[in-house]
Amino acid sequence: MLLEGDPCSILENEFVKPGKGQAFNRVRLRNLKTGRVWERTFKSGDTLEGADVQELSMEFLYSDGEFWHFMKTDGSFEQIAAPETAVAGAVNWMKEQDVFQVTLWNEVPLSVSAPNFVELEVTQTDPGLKGDTAQGGTKPATLSTGAIIRVPLFINIGDVLKIDTRSGEYVSRA
Amino acid sequence: MVVWQPSGSIATLKQRAEILAVIRAYFSEQNVIEVQTPVRSFATAGDPAIESLGVDDGSFLQTSAEYQMKRLLAAGSPSIYQLGPVFRAGESGRRHAVEFTMVEWYRLGFDDAALMQDVCRLVNRVLGEASFQSVTYRDLVDDADLIARAHTDDAVRDQLDVAFDDALRLLGPGRWFVTDFPARQAALARLRDDDPTVAARFELVIDGLELANGYFELSDADELTNRWLSDNAERKRRGMAVVPADDALLAAMRHGLPDCAGVALGVDRLVMIALGVDSIDEVLAFKHPPG
Repeated sequence: MLLEGDPCSILENEFVKPGKGQAFNRVRLRNLKTGRVWERTFKSGDTLEGADVQELSMEFLYSDGEFWHFMKTDGSFEQIAAPETAVAGAVNWMKEQDVFQVTLWNEVPLSVSAPNFVELEVTQTDPGLKGDTAQGGTKPATLSTGAIIRVPLFINIGDVLKIDTRSGEYVSRA
Repeated sequence: MVVWQPSGSIATLKQRAEILAVIRAYFSEQNVIEVQTPVRSFATAGDPAIESLGVDDGSFLQTSAEYQMKRLLAAGSPSIYQLGPVFRAGESGRRHAVEFTMVEWYRLGFDDAALMQDVCRLVNRVLGEASFQSVTYRDLVDDADLIARAHTDDAVRDQLDVAFDDALRLLGPGRWFVTDFPARQAALARLRDDDPTVAARFELVIDGLELANGYFELSDADELTNRWLSDNAERKRRGMAVVPADDALLAAMRHGLPDCAGVALGVDRLVMIALGVDSIDEVLAFKHPPG
């Protein structure tokens, strides 16, 4: 819905009626533009304007440095360009041809979210240390997207890794 | 897919049954007798914060047994209690259901202070012994200006309800009585002789959940008529249906309601606290449809 001009999604809506008073609702909303969580109270019977928000699966094509270009996966080949603000949360995990969830507000990309798990190649890391696999030590590794994560010592350049995008952590070799 | 299974587990429903038995045993020990008044009546609550569920024949499902129980008291009954379903339109949520179970009781010769002690004894019996704290509405909300302005202004009154709920959330865990509600929120409580800006009304709040609402009962029929008029004036301002005064209750009060104190306690919420569950549906056999 639309609140103070921004699209929001409702996280929680609690009906309250304290002390035999008039009922109201305590609502927690996420501002889809800023990601901030708002708390508001609404009286029963208050109406809110709906926001024209849709979420689509789209394939990431390429970035020109200013915009990130996506294509619809519905066979229409329709493309949209997302600004940096929209991809900020997913840019570390964005590999070309992977599919992302793109949230559009009035047809304009608002945010892009990565799948929970992605597979990315290691482009830079110190050489693996033999015999150290059981120690559980970690080292930094740079991925093809430019993101740097902690990986086990046995990982080498060229390995493809499975990564949990919610925590930004290494899961396994793919 | 048809959902036929209960919303509360069978284990929970057994525990609920044990709590109902504890409540009945308490009143039996105290010589408070159980009564059953009609669930359906042509008279209903005038309180602007309460909407009744109407039936096709023009009667209403009762929002509380209060009016009929007071008629019993006026007719000479001893202290009484009632344990059963009540209905409030539009109330549905994690802590609310349109149909819920209330235990309501009236104690002859008690004032609000004596009744609070009675509530403590019953709650301790169900939840185990613990101490109770008390705070006045004025100290709890801590905004004398807002309380004063809410006396005459509906919009400010609504703001005050939000402030009251904010304050309840800050009370945190524990057993609390909130006492001395502002006169505008007296409902059917008498005003204090020594301070008519506040009513002899209390609420019990446990772990942030409002559980019971009690009064040193108003017995003056003329004052009740005045409150009915001002409730209906507020109903009109808020665009709600006007509720005719309950003539049988007024006649009973003219005949004479003995000095007494009464309280209504939400049994589902008491079970929620006893079992440590977060949603009313979990303590009901079947989730009530919203209405």
